[in-house]
Amino acid sequence: MTEPKTMTPKTMTMVEAINKALHDAMEADPKVLVLGEEVGDKEGGGVMGVTAGLSTKFGTDRVKSTPITEQAIIGAAIGASIGGYRPVAEIMLMNFIAVPMDMIVNHAAKLRFMSGGQTSVPIVIRTMTGTGFQTGGQHSDYLEAWFAHTAGIKVVAPSCPDDGYGLMRSAIEDNDPVLFIENLPTYWNPGPVSGQHVPIGKARIAREGTDVTIVAHSLMVHRAAAAAEELAKEGISVEIIDLRTISPWDKEGVLASCAKTGRALVVHEAVRQFGIGAEIASTIGDELWGTMKAPVKRLGGAFSAVPFSKPLEDAFAPQPADIAATVKLLMG
Amino acid sequence: MSNTPKPDAATLLAIWKKATLIKLNDERIIKQMMAGKLVMPYYSPRGQEIIPSALSMHLTDDDYICTIYRGIHDMLAKGFPLGELWAELAGRATGTCKGKGGPMHLTHPAKGMMVTTGIVGSSMPIATGLGWAAKLDGKNRVSVANFGDGAANIGAFHESMNMAALWKLPVIFMCQNNLYAEHTSAADSRVVDRISARADAYGMPGVTVDGNDPDEVYGATKIAIERARAGEGPTLIEAVTFRFNGHLLGEAGTYMDKQLYAECQAKDPMPILRARLLTEGIATEDDLVAVEADINGQIDVALAAAMAAPFPDPSELKRDVFAQDLA
Repeated sequence: MTEPKTMTPKTMTMVEAINKALHDAMEADPKVLVLGEEVGDKEGGGVMGVTAGLSTKFGTDRVKSTPITEQAIIGAAIGASIGGYRPVAEIMLMNFIAVPMDMIVNHAAKLRFMSGGQTSVPIVIRTMTGTGFQTGGQHSDYLEAWFAHTAGIKVVAPSCPDDGYGLMRSAIEDNDPVLFIENLPTYWNPGPVSGQHVPIGKARIAREGTDVTIVAHSLMVHRAAAAAEELAKEGISVEIIDLRTISPWDKEGVLASCAKTGRALVVHEAVRQFGIGAEIASTIGDELWGTMKAPVKRLGGAFSAVPFSKPLEDAFAPQPADIAATVKLLMG
Repeated sequence: MSNTPKPDAATLLAIWKKATLIKLNDERIIKQMMAGKLVMPYYSPRGQEIIPSALSMHLTDDDYICTIYRGIHDMLAKGFPLGELWAELAGRATGTCKGKGGPMHLTHPAKGMMVTTGIVGSSMPIATGLGWAAKLDGKNRVSVANFGDGAANIGAFHESMNMAALWKLPVIFMCQNNLYAEHTSAADSRVVDRISARADAYGMPGVTVDGNDPDEVYGATKIAIERARAGEGPTLIEAVTFRFNGHLLGEAGTYMDKQLYAECQAKDPMPILRARLLTEGIATEDDLVAVEADINGQIDVALAAAMAAPFPDPSELKRDVFAQDLA
């Protein structure tokens, strides 16, 4: 792989940043392929336009719109990757990933291990999700915990366009399968994009602080930031760690922040029960036993399907006010 | 099938040699298991030897195959090295997968054996993807998806056949119909008689052959593979056969129709082909005995080496999970 070209930071939306990353990756490596429902320009360049322009520029041999056929999409990506390619497969919404689960969990994640390292599956599975548009119980879920619990697949979830670009470039060049989770409601939020690769497995300090560490990813980084603004007015200094990579997570980075602040809250939009927050909170509790000033807290989605009705949907996922209230509890 | 290509004498002998390797290897595995010297879930291919042996006459090491838990016959026909096979079956570090895959996940990319899956139906989507890679490479490679009659009822069959036809991929869908899906008979699995009839629904050729007849399997696979290499797309082949050792070795087999079993035994392809080689003057009894002795000798060597090899170190749990070892 050639070194990424440095470019002057430009303001882009998440959609534009990921689109640019796909363009740059396809240009850098002829083995990079894109497939999924409606990814070609004839079908609109992706339902949200994330893959716009790719089929026109790189041709419909490398950028393939597929039927609605999730098992075959992931199977085709796996097979092509074993055959030497680097496919980026799109599963339009994260709930639809339940359909090709066998391909992802039993095959993509395990073939390297089960073959004793003879085969590998360097694919990226792009998917989008999130509450906010009243899309209900089968179009909104965050399901990262399923995959963080599966050995052999990496999971990333950027919260800003710069990380969207940089993580996509790294995910495509990674020699293992990577699940790439995009947040639908923040797709059009603008931000600077440096054009640099972002390493998988490294968290980012999204806001520096001294009293409490909030560990979050994806949309919850923004909600934590809104809470932190309010808390700052009351003299509470919040540090926000944006995980960026959920598996393998940056244990070192998270523990360093928690050791500094002595208080930790893990927030995710996914259902709290058995969510990734439990693993992170447990690790903080184990590793920093005796030095934390308060028990580690978790916030997550309600133990229900995502509801349709707006007030219910708002009540399902952690809001800035919930985060601020929990931080105050930690402060005693 | 009079207009389909037939194997010549040398090819027929080569098919028998591969099939004999599969049969003798199967017998040795069962002997070892019964003696308690080998412990593994074993899905014996006894009875299905002809299908991959005839198919492999048209394949090179560059061609891809994917198969399933009942797949050792497919692997051996494609040229899987016996030493690495036996070491893997014995769970040793010298196995092809370092003992981490076992009989249900045999893999050997050097000979084009890309995936063995333990999930019914899952060989097809991945073989379709390998077909896509083959098409992009433009080197006339083909990809063979082996699967059973049970897998023809799972959704992945439909999705893979549709995509392979739509994208005109060089894929051969090789359905080895052994009349039982685990413990369930064909009659209790589907209404249509012929699985190959389903090919129509995807706009690809579908053909049913006697999977015990080397002429028929050789001819049908030759046509399908030539078609795939010429860029004309996939074919579904249903090769009707039987498995003599049930679904999983050691099961009682009470679900099997006794009369059907007896009828199939009378059609066991191995003694039939052996007798044919003699009748047609392709080989003498001495020739065949020599081949059998040679194969048994090779198995002796592979077996002894496997049993003497070390087990994998526990540190292997941290290796091959990702490209980079776990801490």
